[in-house]
Amino acid sequence: MTIQVNRREFLAGSGALTVSVLLPGLTKQAQAAGTQASRLGLKPDQLSSYISITHDGRVVGWTGKVDMGQGTEIGWIKMIAEELDVAPERVSMVQGNTEETVDQGGASGSTGIWFGGIALRNAAAEARLTLVEMAAAKFGVPAAQLTVDNGIISAGAKKISYGELIGGKHFDVQLEWNQEYGNELKVQGRAKPKSPSEYKLIGRAGTKRRDIVAKVLGTATNMVDVKLPGMLHGRMLRPPVAGAVPVAVDESSVKHIPRVKVVWQKDFIGLVAPKQWDAIRAARALKVTWSEVKPPFPDQKDIYNHIRAAKSMKRDEDVKVGDTDAAFANAAKIVEATYEWPFHSHASMAPACGVADMREGEATVWTGGQKPHFCREGIAKMFNLPEEKVKVMFMTGPGSYGRNDSGDATMDAAVLSKAVGKPVRVQGMRHDGTQWDPKSPASVHTSRAAIDRDGKVIGWQFETKAFSRREFFRDEGSPERTLAGQLLGWPLKPVWLLGVPGESYSFAARRKTSDTIAPLIDRASPLRSSHFRDPGGPQIHFASESFMDELALATNTDAVEFRLRYLSNPRDVQVVKTAAEKAGWQPHVGARKQLRGDVYVGQGLSYAVRGATRVAVVAEVEVHKQTHRIWVRRYFIAHDCGQVIAPDLLRQTLEAQIVQTTSRAVYEEVKFDNNNVTSVDWQTYPILDMKDAPETIDITLIDRPELPPGGAGEATCRPLPAAIANAIFDATGVRMRQAPFTPARLKAGWV
Amino acid sequence: MPSRFDLHVNGRAHAVTAEPDMPLLYALRDDLGMKEPRFGCGLAQCGACTVLLDGVPTRSCITAVSAVGAKKITTLAGIGTAQKPHKVQAAFIEEQVPQCGYCLNGWVMTSVALLDKNPHPSDAQIREALTGLKCRCGTHMSILRAVKRAAQA
Repeated sequence: MTIQVNRREFLAGSGALTVSVLLPGLTKQAQAAGTQASRLGLKPDQLSSYISITHDGRVVGWTGKVDMGQGTEIGWIKMIAEELDVAPERVSMVQGNTEETVDQGGASGSTGIWFGGIALRNAAAEARLTLVEMAAAKFGVPAAQLTVDNGIISAGAKKISYGELIGGKHFDVQLEWNQEYGNELKVQGRAKPKSPSEYKLIGRAGTKRRDIVAKVLGTATNMVDVKLPGMLHGRMLRPPVAGAVPVAVDESSVKHIPRVKVVWQKDFIGLVAPKQWDAIRAARALKVTWSEVKPPFPDQKDIYNHIRAAKSMKRDEDVKVGDTDAAFANAAKIVEATYEWPFHSHASMAPACGVADMREGEATVWTGGQKPHFCREGIAKMFNLPEEKVKVMFMTGPGSYGRNDSGDATMDAAVLSKAVGKPVRVQGMRHDGTQWDPKSPASVHTSRAAIDRDGKVIGWQFETKAFSRREFFRDEGSPERTLAGQLLGWPLKPVWLLGVPGESYSFAARRKTSDTIAPLIDRASPLRSSHFRDPGGPQIHFASESFMDELALATNTDAVEFRLRYLSNPRDVQVVKTAAEKAGWQPHVGARKQLRGDVYVGQGLSYAVRGATRVAVVAEVEVHKQTHRIWVRRYFIAHDCGQVIAPDLLRQTLEAQIVQTTSRAVYEEVKFDNNNVTSVDWQTYPILDMKDAPETIDITLIDRPELPPGGAGEATCRPLPAAIANAIFDATGVRMRQAPFTPARLKAGWV
Repeated sequence: MPSRFDLHVNGRAHAVTAEPDMPLLYALRDDLGMKEPRFGCGLAQCGACTVLLDGVPTRSCITAVSAVGAKKITTLAGIGTAQKPHKVQAAFIEEQVPQCGYCLNGWVMTSVALLDKNPHPSDAQIREALTGLKCRCGTHMSILRAVKRAAQA
């Protein structure tokens, strides 16, 4: 490959791109760095699409992934700074905006560092090699004789900085690209990234996040703060009975509120007003007649029977090892148990917000959704625009842990803006978030094991039956994947998928299947399903890892000893041993029911694999003997995600997902009646409160610098619910086979 | 009928014209262009809209603009600056607390009021004072560390 450095000077703010520099959401770094004009049309195989150098020698990293607030940005900065031999303070990131970054799939599946970081690492290594070769040519000395220190390349007394070599110009260097976009995009150059023995930054704590100070001082601009000249406030109207559609609208009902405009297209109905309070009042006052529909939902108490009885739309047989039928035929003992998990709401801190400015032949959109490039694709399809005419700006919104209501709010804003010819901001009320956001699916899991005469598990069958984990795909890349698209009649293309447990148990025969059933309403359902942090993971592993404890009991074995007997992967063995040791695990068989004062105490262990990451959890719970309140007082976590980039941020990332998943396991359940979802706010959809937060979370990070970094944003969600359930069993003898683990359920099982 | 209301926010006087029953939150955000109190639920269930009214943490999403009167309003941006952050803000920065940061307003403002009344709270008192606030990202452990750090500052 020839390396040509384009000498064309960057022309600040030239051409049509000037406009975009003025838009909220384009980063200050991007403006300072010269943004797109210094780059080569965002080609995935161009080094300049990932790394650029400013006149004063600062480094800008560009990524199509986004940091949803866990500090992933610092991980990227460290990986770039490490390879380029610059101080992290000299590196800044631009993320997500479709005008500035290549489509790398946004935040998705914990791949921020796992895939996105690797792309940046490879690009930064290539940038360093290119710069050293440029300096070598300039000095007339072999590249091998040059050294680099904080962006200064030296050959003896001769010195030149990155800024002097290429500042303000772009690398004209091609990378090897695997021809994929989204999560699957991979790039690499000729340069080999550093070996771990050369690391100065990777694996060390201490680099402070860039977003914290503004957030804490109250000066940060959030998605909800985006304001445009002439912008109107939009509100959507949703039916009292799910599935009903508007058949008549009495606009005189909002006559008393100034300048309200109703937008009614097919089954989509919303309104706009210049003042937000007026839009809110109008949405409450507007009289809409809805179609008569049969109550769409079963009684909530029958939901799991509904799942059991429903037709399977698709069966996935993800694992089939050995002959399970023979194992069960030869078993001395068969153990079977069924576990049930409810619908969960993303219940982000606020109902999602989206802003859209639809003009003739072009669109500019601001989204808090974590997949901005897919948002561009969906908007382009909806309005029949070429993708390059749609700009999507990513802004941090009120939290996002998958596909919450952000994609819906953004598309609603776009439809309203297109209809009224003005920029529109949509942010609903609390019920628009909790009641109408997409849900994590309810599921039933049946686990069965064949045990021989010696107490050895010879066969394991794990069957899941559930609503799809993503009825409408994993992103908003097509209109029918949003409420607006569904209400406007776009043809549906459902995805049938749930998943199977991730583990490495060496039972001789294993069969893991998952059956997906049809949604209760095919279109615009408040129970439509979508990805929510570790899609399918918490429910599947609640079942599989609770069952491992049931098998330990059935074979008179300590739960840790049981797992170690069958675990084959040394990394899995190490996390289990480490978590148990840190927790001071005392081998025991069955429930100990230890009473200390007014509380029963117990410990439970669980483990799971997710992608390249494995994690074990010991939960230590207290159950009050009268109130049956369950408090997870302590956690002990052993986490192995391969190479650790930023241990301090990783710990906080784990802590927060532990708290969130504790909330899901112990408190959360979407409630519904025959007509609609009845969980509409924080009282009807309670989550963990500060008084319920654990006392301590002890985290052991098993760093493997020789391995690539894996994902860390979701893996711990998997084993956590079962660790709690197993601890509750140890404390009380009650086996929780249905989540959430409420006092009422505990009491019902108490003997 | 829309009426004029004089609001004293972070030491400055502002006038807004609004329906008397409009919550203070919308006056601060939409009329005065402030970013820090945020709409979370509109039901006083989460705390994202918290401001101090004469030092008392108050949910601005259910407080009618007409009910504020002459009370002094302090928002998150009014308690400290980059040069001189409030000790609670300094502790939240030191502990690198927020993820999305949307809820932060409620935690910081409520902690400020707690430490004003009780400069050295116990762990249980901190948990009690912060009960009723929501953080969906689950940063509770960092928040507890930060409030303890602020109490020692």
